[in-house]
Amino acid sequence: MSARKQTIVVVGNGMVGHNFVEKLVDAGLLEHYEVHVFGEEPRPAYDRVYLSSYFSGKTAEDLSLVPPGYYEEHGIHAYLGDPVVDINRRKKIVYSAKGREVHYDKLVMATGSVPFVPPIEGNDREDCLVYRTIEDLEMIEAKAKVSKTGVVVGGGLLGLEAAKALADLGLETHVVEFAPRLMPVQLDDAGAGLLRRKIEKMGVFVHVSKNTQLITDGEKRRNKMVFADGQELETDIVLFSTGIRPRDDLAKKIGLKLGPRGGIVVDDMLLTSDPSIWAIGECALHDGTIYGLVAPGYAMAQAVVHQLQGITATFTGADMSTKLKLMGVDVGSIGDPHGMTPGAHTYVYQNEPEEIYKKIVVSEDKKKLLGAVLVGDASDYGNLLQLYLNEMELPEHPDDLILPQRSGSSSNLFGPAALPETAQVCSCYDVSKGDIIKAIDDGATTLADVKAVTQACTGCGGCTQLVSDIVNYELEQRGVEVKKDICEHFPYSRQELFHIIKVEGIKTFDELLAKKGQGHGCDICKPAVASIFADIYNSFAMEEDKIGLQDTNDRFLGNLQKDGTYSVIPRVPGGVITPEKLIVIGQVAKKYNLYTKINGGQRIVMFGAQLNDLPAIWEELLAAGFESGQAYAKSLRTVKSCVGSTWCRYGVDDSISMAIKLEHRYKGLRAPHKIKMGVSGCTRECAEAQAKDVGVIATENGWNLYVCGNGGMKPRHADLFATDLDEETLFKYIDRFLMFYIQTADRLQRTARWLENLEGGIDYVKDVVINDSLGICDELERQMQFIRDTYKDDWYEAVHNPEVREKFRMFVNSDERDPDVVFVKEELTGMYRPATPEEKLKGIAVEVRPNA
Amino acid sequence: MAFIKVCTKDDLIPDAGIAAKVGDVQVALFYIDDEVYAVGNHDPASGANVIFRGICGDLHGELMVASPLYKDHYSLITGKHMDGKDLAIPVYPAKIEGNDVLVDVEAASQAA
Repeated sequence: MSARKQTIVVVGNGMVGHNFVEKLVDAGLLEHYEVHVFGEEPRPAYDRVYLSSYFSGKTAEDLSLVPPGYYEEHGIHAYLGDPVVDINRRKKIVYSAKGREVHYDKLVMATGSVPFVPPIEGNDREDCLVYRTIEDLEMIEAKAKVSKTGVVVGGGLLGLEAAKALADLGLETHVVEFAPRLMPVQLDDAGAGLLRRKIEKMGVFVHVSKNTQLITDGEKRRNKMVFADGQELETDIVLFSTGIRPRDDLAKKIGLKLGPRGGIVVDDMLLTSDPSIWAIGECALHDGTIYGLVAPGYAMAQAVVHQLQGITATFTGADMSTKLKLMGVDVGSIGDPHGMTPGAHTYVYQNEPEEIYKKIVVSEDKKKLLGAVLVGDASDYGNLLQLYLNEMELPEHPDDLILPQRSGSSSNLFGPAALPETAQVCSCYDVSKGDIIKAIDDGATTLADVKAVTQACTGCGGCTQLVSDIVNYELEQRGVEVKKDICEHFPYSRQELFHIIKVEGIKTFDELLAKKGQGHGCDICKPAVASIFADIYNSFAMEEDKIGLQDTNDRFLGNLQKDGTYSVIPRVPGGVITPEKLIVIGQVAKKYNLYTKINGGQRIVMFGAQLNDLPAIWEELLAAGFESGQAYAKSLRTVKSCVGSTWCRYGVDDSISMAIKLEHRYKGLRAPHKIKMGVSGCTRECAEAQAKDVGVIATENGWNLYVCGNGGMKPRHADLFATDLDEETLFKYIDRFLMFYIQTADRLQRTARWLENLEGGIDYVKDVVINDSLGICDELERQMQFIRDTYKDDWYEAVHNPEVREKFRMFVNSDERDPDVVFVKEELTGMYRPATPEEKLKGIAVEVRPNA
Repeated sequence: MAFIKVCTKDDLIPDAGIAAKVGDVQVALFYIDDEVYAVGNHDPASGANVIFRGICGDLHGELMVASPLYKDHYSLITGKHMDGKDLAIPVYPAKIEGNDVLVDVEAASQAA
């Protein structure tokens, strides 16, 4: 290690600036360099590519690219909301707006770009906005509240994203484009025409060949746009999305060489005219080009990091191919989409009824792919891009590449096998096929593993299908049968066992073992099968032949605690409880000396209940009208709710009633893992419904349904599943969704992980649940109805059946309690908690018995 | 002292455990394929007396019980921890005679 660490200053904390820092960390360079990062915006780097998702429910935190504590953890000095305002290149010192001075050895300019606003008279009016930062979005959101109409100037990539944002905000939305078609750079006339028709169908007005000349006061709306052809368009908001201009003012101030139309000039090493300063991302002008996409910016960051590692690395330009979903329409553009290359041939596939357009441009000898346009169906994008980037030889009939693969035709013209190992599969994180193979060699066995190790698919997600294909292909090649056996006793996955039990009508574990398994079973397969029996037959855990299958929590209908006692949690639907019931809980807890705590599910937990006392405790609770909370089971736990319109001055609908209805509808439903739900009465979302397996949020027009959220170890924001539902439809969708999850998930797989591993993701689930694409919805609803109709309270059964009740005892041959279960009165709370081993030795622990 | 009656056959639960107390010794009894297996009820991995509440079955053919607290597997034959920890539970001779279930807690064999 060198004697003194050198200092790198990164000016700018956008996507590329942060990516550079991440790559420094990953390359282990922090051992040799001290890193200082300056950012102008108040928050760390976030994902601008998905900016419009801010309006469909994502928050600034969701969009963040920097995990909380990341900079601190790595000892990186980050100054946010503090832009660099000057640099002394001779002394090598940067000066920030807040007066910081930091010396550097190396400096990286990653100042990004600003939106370009064309020089139109009136472009500085109050309602003229741009679309670049979260602050811009907040401004748009605020303006939208007092607006009816919005116009986006610019029909390119970003412009259409912005139009989606305005449409999501409920505005009448127009797109005004100067060129004769949308996305003029990436699409041809036919492709752009189809895109336009699709977008117009969604209610967005598209105006092409429109040259805006003036923005002035409107008559019906606040503003009026006047075009060169004399036409006019009234609007409240004007949103400019007409391209970007590199952020080069600081570079200009300190005398770095700029391009004739702006941009910091860099060479193939990405060095500026000052050999201590690099420039990367949208502020850099390389070979006359500003790259306005994130992938080339990341490639530049990589090249600089390589140089710091002592690896020779240059940036020689980047591919500008893109694939994205614009307002729900898949669009892809590769290489030379217009066929400008001399001698190029074009093949076109146009399917009007299904609204699909595909075009490929191939070389004169028809051996190489030069470009492509895809609209309406971009599923071929990954494969075509690989053919293009790797200059792979095309099949004999290149049009096979875009013709539909109907039955009988060969389906694998260029499978993952054909790709060279050097092929870049994920451009966001520069992951090659070789990287994926390495991850598998190092032990990854699933797509999720590969994603975690390589970060592939975690940027734009465009490569997911291809990565999945490669993973499956490579695993097959290794003879790895992707094993999903639940355990050594059954060569089946949980899903397969579910279907076997159901189809063959198997009712006992012994029968299942004899027919389909081997050995005696274990603590993996037994509870899983018990849960399946409960799903199909609603069988009771304490039936004689089911007892041995239950986890201790299910067998004794309580949650086992570390000292061998159980916790008791009565159901409190929606978190609503009467004073009378509260008093009963207090009385019971006092009588049995239980430690009481309110848990995260808006319920009251009583800890420290001894096995022998459980039936008596529950007898008292049942008598007061409580029922089992099933907190011990892999089943519906709690439906958390805010107070909603009953009390809250902001409440839009009655979230309490909805939560109580949901809780009663699904209580006791056994599932592969626990299920949590939440209901919020308005978008303030006080019930945190979007962190639940099923979340429901009131809107002015009904209920929005969210699914597959998760708190816990790996939090996941729920996906919006359907909007503005009436109650009947809401229940119908939840019935189907839950039953589909129950039938197809692995054991102990929460809905969030289930969805992440489900091929086709949320769109697939929507298709199954909303469109009944598998034709199983009737059956799913029937099964749920059966479970509901046969619901019994576990504790009612246990307390009132003498045979079951007598099983709640510590010893078969004695009424004694466990003498080793002893307690100490906790000073802080005055309640009894389990004694520690030291306290037991010291003899200060006491046995606790019910008070008379 | 040798074999002592702790309960009757009807008290046993097929493929599951119950506990009995013999003097100060807590014994967990598992009833599998018409045989009774007796082991200590104390789980050394957690320090709690919970073994009888675990799920029994087999791992690679060897009968075992999974402690309900942290799912440590112990052999019902040797008492040894089966997942590599240096722990064991005592194994007691046990048998069914007529309708009686008998255990000999003095003849514990403790593998270690």
